[in-house]
Amino acid sequence: MITQGMFAYLPPLTDAEIAEQVAWAMDHGWPLSLEHTDDPHPRNTYWSMWDLPMFDVGDPAAVLAEVRRARDAFPDHYVRLNAYDARLGRQTTAMSFLVHRPAVEATYRLVRSEGADRRIAYTVERAR
Amino acid sequence: MTTGGRAAPRNAFGMAARPSEDAGSAAPLGDADVVDLDVVRRDSGTDAVLADLDADLVGLAPVKRRVAELAALLLVDCQRERFGLVRARPSLHMCFTGDPGTGKTTVALRVAELLHRLGHLRRGHVVTAGREDLVGQFVGHTGPRVRELVQRAMGGVLFVDEAYSLHRAGNERDYGTEAVEVLMQAMEEHRDDLVVVLAGYADRMEAFLASNPGLGSRVAHHVDFPPYAHGELVEIGRRMLDAAGLRLSPECEPVFAQYVARRMEQPRFGNARSIRNAIDRARMRQAHRLVDTGGVVGRTALQTLEPVDFATSRVLQDLPASDGAAGAVSPP
Amino acid sequence: MAEDRWGAGVLAYADMGYWQPDYVPRETDVLAVFRMTPQDGVPPEEAGAAVAGESSTATWTVVWTDRLTAHDHYQAKCYRVEPVPGTPGQFLAYIAYDLDLFEEGSVANLTSSIIGNVFGFKPLKALRLEDMRIPVAYVKTFAGPPHGVVMEREYLGKYGRPLLGATVKPKLGLSARNYGRVVYEALRGGLDFTKDDENINSQPFMRWRDRFLFGMEAVNRACAETGEIKGHYLNVTAGTMEQMYERADFARDLGSVVVMVDLTVGYTAIQSMSAWARRHGVLLHLHRAGHSTFTRQKSHGVSFRVLAKWLRLAGVDHLHAGTVVGKLEGDPASVSGFYDVLRKDRIEADPSRGLYFEQEWAAMAPVLPVASGGIHAGQMHQLLDLFGDDVVLQFGGGTIGHPMGIAAGAEANRVALEAMVKARNAGRDLLREGPDVLRAAARHCPALDAALATWGQVTFDYASTDTPDVAATPVPA
Repeated sequence: MITQGMFAYLPPLTDAEIAEQVAWAMDHGWPLSLEHTDDPHPRNTYWSMWDLPMFDVGDPAAVLAEVRRARDAFPDHYVRLNAYDARLGRQTTAMSFLVHRPAVEATYRLVRSEGADRRIAYTVERAR
Repeated sequence: MTTGGRAAPRNAFGMAARPSEDAGSAAPLGDADVVDLDVVRRDSGTDAVLADLDADLVGLAPVKRRVAELAALLLVDCQRERFGLVRARPSLHMCFTGDPGTGKTTVALRVAELLHRLGHLRRGHVVTAGREDLVGQFVGHTGPRVRELVQRAMGGVLFVDEAYSLHRAGNERDYGTEAVEVLMQAMEEHRDDLVVVLAGYADRMEAFLASNPGLGSRVAHHVDFPPYAHGELVEIGRRMLDAAGLRLSPECEPVFAQYVARRMEQPRFGNARSIRNAIDRARMRQAHRLVDTGGVVGRTALQTLEPVDFATSRVLQDLPASDGAAGAVSPP
Repeated sequence: MAEDRWGAGVLAYADMGYWQPDYVPRETDVLAVFRMTPQDGVPPEEAGAAVAGESSTATWTVVWTDRLTAHDHYQAKCYRVEPVPGTPGQFLAYIAYDLDLFEEGSVANLTSSIIGNVFGFKPLKALRLEDMRIPVAYVKTFAGPPHGVVMEREYLGKYGRPLLGATVKPKLGLSARNYGRVVYEALRGGLDFTKDDENINSQPFMRWRDRFLFGMEAVNRACAETGEIKGHYLNVTAGTMEQMYERADFARDLGSVVVMVDLTVGYTAIQSMSAWARRHGVLLHLHRAGHSTFTRQKSHGVSFRVLAKWLRLAGVDHLHAGTVVGKLEGDPASVSGFYDVLRKDRIEADPSRGLYFEQEWAAMAPVLPVASGGIHAGQMHQLLDLFGDDVVLQFGGGTIGHPMGIAAGAEANRVALEAMVKARNAGRDLLREGPDVLRAAARHCPALDAALATWGQVTFDYASTDTPDVAATPVPA
């Protein structure tokens, strides 16, 4: 199972629990944004953006509404919710966790190509 | 576009608890129970908001009465819910009609705060938007613009000024219609998280809502803002002066009253807004007068407006000179 | 006062210009504060002057060749001496060094200058370097951490929570194949990193190349299974720089995201590895092996906060900085100061946490502190409260010793961590409600339940030796 994000080892967060996390981000002044993909490869950095980051949005309900819209639009994708910290010295993602998984999860396999001296070059490849 | 209103206090994790839920869900009441409305009313803090409203705004008695009624309705609804008397969540979208400068924006700020205190809005802020904020320039531009404003207003009030300007009769390619549709959808979808206030002239608003029955049916509360009476406008002026650290000299009082009376009869009269403009111009003339005269000035001279500061206004141009300029004296 | 007992040699330091109570430190001066325990009868000002002299230009007697130089420029100046609050017989000496005394970008030169000679000086019973202020002008001659916290998180794609690691145990004796098994189980179970221990280099029971090969097979398997980027700190510590480069190059060729070195390789070797790590896009983990020999005792040695500053200059991405609640030395206030030294861009003076000077890092990348040694899942609320998100929490025994296996141990730690982060963000009071949060999380995670049952009661509650002396007033730089 894909275990990316802050809460991958917990039972899926309910919408109310997502709203609590969103409120935490908003209290820190971190705008929220959504991204989705059907290929959560560990090196797939750039998932598709769901609209622009929600700057100046102050109510978790507004973010929840977008989460629902994104899930409805891409039921077979992974959807992650990010919070961004633009402060000097950070200027990077502050939070990121999955808010939707497809019914059938992506799986990856390890492809090995053997070289001299027992060296092996590894590639992580989509299995399903 | 501006954002107003107080930032709602949040508890540690940012989700302001809904007071009505606190009170309501804690203990469902039985047939034999009673609630003390005085206590509920005091705890909700609505009286303070209504008192602020009363203190902040001169006149507007019918508006204040409507807001007090709304507060009472929501308070009683909340108690009904505690007794398990099923309560459909009331639609709170509103229409504020009235001439410019009659206090619609100020009342919207207070209503937002009131709804926040009563637990109907999580934040209680106000986001103000006009046509240029909502209507896009090209295909696919309008929906996201409206949605973005709705997102920002969530938990508070979206105040749409001159809402009828969204609709341009006879122009089928105008995106205003699309804006109305997206707005209507948001009013329905987020009715628990957002209150939309449509504001503008009474007659044009009436026509606008009549031509958009879907929108009209979603607006539950109509509040009409009557134009101010002469005495109210003079009082408003006095408060504005007070706030700016200014006062009228005794000779200037009748001149100002006369100014207001004349201005009310002229075209494009904007109620409180016109009064503010008049005072701003009088301040300018006073400053000019003081600098022109030169010399030593004291506190009194700096804070006092004299008849001459109003008399040179176009509004009073045809008055006999003795009424206006006679009071102009150079301070010691 | 029996000042004559020590004769003119010692008294001369003050007379030679090393004691300058009127001196106002310049913005570009390197500042140091020493804790001195002078021999009986040595006045503290003379002792401070002696420390300034012995750590800069002076020798035991006047030399005429001083007169061939602008010697007052090269002299260190002891500008303040004050008693240590509550500790009779000990004094703090503040000393300023002109920037001209130091070679650009060389921690070795900095340390040779400041601590090279003076610690064995006879008139002092003991001497400890408590803190230093590195001026921005000198900071900017160092490259600093090869990547820093932000780059590391973006590289790994992991945000909003501490990272999790474990040191492979037992430290000694595992064959390379068995060793890789531990790595695989811990990573697939939920950890972000596993780690070679400091003394795992290339011994007869397991040569480095075999460990790297089996280790990377394990890392890559775990990546494919979880869809996460994982790493194993491959220890490249060796006898020569050439061997270290050979090992690091091999780790890079196998695709490792991180390599490690021990503090014992020395500052220069660390700076060389830092440059290598930046050149090759590989994170550099530093194990502070041996530091306690000089950092732990309060009266003599070098404080860890100074070592932390040197290592941020030398440039490492990870540095062990204490756990407070674990098995190794660490007073809470001091450790909190160490974490600030590593993570913040600007640090205010705060004697209650042992920070004697303000320190400006001028955007030099922060170091990710590592908390390791005797910590377990049952302390998760304390660890998160103490250290926040930017830290690697390493549970070696707490992962590998789990009764249900290594993967279960890793899972227990990850579940405990995520549950605690989620609870904190939802506004829960971690210190008060932490144990409840853990118990609630354990209800859907048997592995965590077992971990709490095994270690829930374990604490290491001993008095710290290295604690700050709270001065009455803060000390400006």
